[in-house]
Amino acid sequence: MAEDAKTPAPPPPPEGEKKPSAEMPAAPVSNAPVKPVAPAPPAKPAVPADSTTPPKPAAPAKPTGPVPLLWSSPLVEKYRSQYGTALEGQTYLGQNYLTVKSELIPNILRLLRDEEQFDYCVDITAVHYPKREKQFDVVWILYSFPRNERLRVTTQIADGASIPSSVSIWPTANWLEREVYDMFGIQFDGHPDLKRILLPDGWKGFPLRKDYGILQQDKEWVQINLGIESGQ
Amino acid sequence: MSAPTGEDTKNISHLAPSNRENSDQGETERKNVGGNDLTFENPDKTYLDSNELIINMGPQHPATHGVLRVILKLDGEKVLGTECVIGYLHRGVEKIAENRTYTMFNPYVDRMDYVAAVSNGLGYCEAVEKLLNVEATPRAKYIRVILTELNRIASHQLWLGTHALDIGAMTPLFYTFRDREEILKIFEKYCGARLTTHAFRIGGCQYETYAGFEKEVKNFLTFVAPKIDEYETLLTTNRIWMERTKNVGVISAADAIALGVTGPVLRASGVKWDLRKAQPYAAYSEFDFEIPVGTNGDTYDRYLVRMAEMRQSLRIIEQAVNSIPEGPIMAKVPKVIKPPVGEIYHSIESPKGELGYFIVSDGSTQPYRLRVRPPSFVNLQALDIMVRGLLVADVVAVIGTIDIVLGEVDR
Repeated sequence: MAEDAKTPAPPPPPEGEKKPSAEMPAAPVSNAPVKPVAPAPPAKPAVPADSTTPPKPAAPAKPTGPVPLLWSSPLVEKYRSQYGTALEGQTYLGQNYLTVKSELIPNILRLLRDEEQFDYCVDITAVHYPKREKQFDVVWILYSFPRNERLRVTTQIADGASIPSSVSIWPTANWLEREVYDMFGIQFDGHPDLKRILLPDGWKGFPLRKDYGILQQDKEWVQINLGIESGQ
Repeated sequence: MSAPTGEDTKNISHLAPSNRENSDQGETERKNVGGNDLTFENPDKTYLDSNELIINMGPQHPATHGVLRVILKLDGEKVLGTECVIGYLHRGVEKIAENRTYTMFNPYVDRMDYVAAVSNGLGYCEAVEKLLNVEATPRAKYIRVILTELNRIASHQLWLGTHALDIGAMTPLFYTFRDREEILKIFEKYCGARLTTHAFRIGGCQYETYAGFEKEVKNFLTFVAPKIDEYETLLTTNRIWMERTKNVGVISAADAIALGVTGPVLRASGVKWDLRKAQPYAAYSEFDFEIPVGTNGDTYDRYLVRMAEMRQSLRIIEQAVNSIPEGPIMAKVPKVIKPPVGEIYHSIESPKGELGYFIVSDGSTQPYRLRVRPPSFVNLQALDIMVRGLLVADVVAVIGTIDIVLGEVDR
């Protein structure tokens, strides 16, 4: 019973994970994940060996967890032959993403829209890694109506570096890029009206950077504009 | 604005100047007189430059549904351009997320789109479950679908009441709020809260359904179906309503896609796309329902689409409530939620459009980065092209028809 209950839910949802775990019982040597990044699931075979049948443990993904796998598809092949190693396709939990060098940025996005029908830019956002040399990940989440497919494009840029705007590719990027600028201070070249959107225009600092504390505020702005000592 | 008499209609349609054909004629006339190129792109070239006027609307304005401020550039009564000033309700939800554990952050998402809190919770819980690589139990999924669809109806009812009120129809507001109360009662009985419900937990639901839940939901279905017809008798063929909404705020399918518009606004432009069908989540793949679409992409079509959506929601609830599977309501998730390192994007079809969560985990108990893709924020961006060339009175109608909630726009 305990083992039964351990299987969290009947089938593990994403296809990316399904494959390795389905192959596992067939190969007795369980060291057969597609990519050797993870330390592999060591303690697992002991339990399911007796009770293994269709469902197959989804190996409570706690200790090692699923790993990003290489994503091979015509799309990746095509752009890899064009751009070589400046671009890499991976898949994690069934979600595909491209990691590209920042030099490719306006071009690859335009090609994805024109050639691969990614006509809907769902979101643009960023992630701050202060310890890295190139501190920011900029992420475009794309969707294609004809293909019913999602794709993320990620690139890394350094603090203070700017990146070409994609407003001319998807007009929706206008406000999304303004928000990224507002929160992270990332400059988008060629944006028609790059200014703060959620915070007041005169605000100093970029709140979603990791070095910006949760209680931190632009005290000067608060005192001048709100007439109070502190907003906290 | 109940039953319009002939005289009323004449007067009001004259006063409430949504008749764009007339104003267009006015434009061409003046073009001829002045011999100038009178276009919106060239506001400097108007016949009389002194006509241009900048007025401020909001943030304290009842028709902006909260604290939206719109700066309107006008030529007489005609809108040449708009600029939205938002952020008055910014609370830094994404920053808060980085400083809370996954479980602690769950109630915060209810405060974004506070008229559809259940949808927010569903999106968040599913996104974290995806990151954890677990799935809710079948029973939990059905309960989630029922509550989420009830919430969709409640959200559309609130939209209908306030939207009609903006345009000048008082009665629908009372009708919709009266009926929405029944949904809130079900929520209150289920989880103790009416609006910010916090109904779901990561891995399933915290609460088992209360005794008589299914019966009450079924009673609600039979109660509300004729009420939706009732709303329609007030508005659908009402001449004032049609004059104020038809051909107002038109957005083409191509523009809507380019601007990232989703939800009923996109569907009213003729794009048959609904995440519940396109990329089914929860238990939606097991139910039979249709995606209502419009053709003209105007305010009237968006009204019809949302009315039809309410009926489709009733269909979904009916199927779900008749076949709730037995079983546990929580999947096996660890007590301490600690997803493995990785990034995930998951989105659902909220009443307003595509509500997405992009979560980056660094393997700790707190999200390293949590980004909310808010449908209201993105849809609001389309306001500008929807109101250009219309009259000031129509701006109110268009803000209402986009169905924004400022808590979600500003986060």
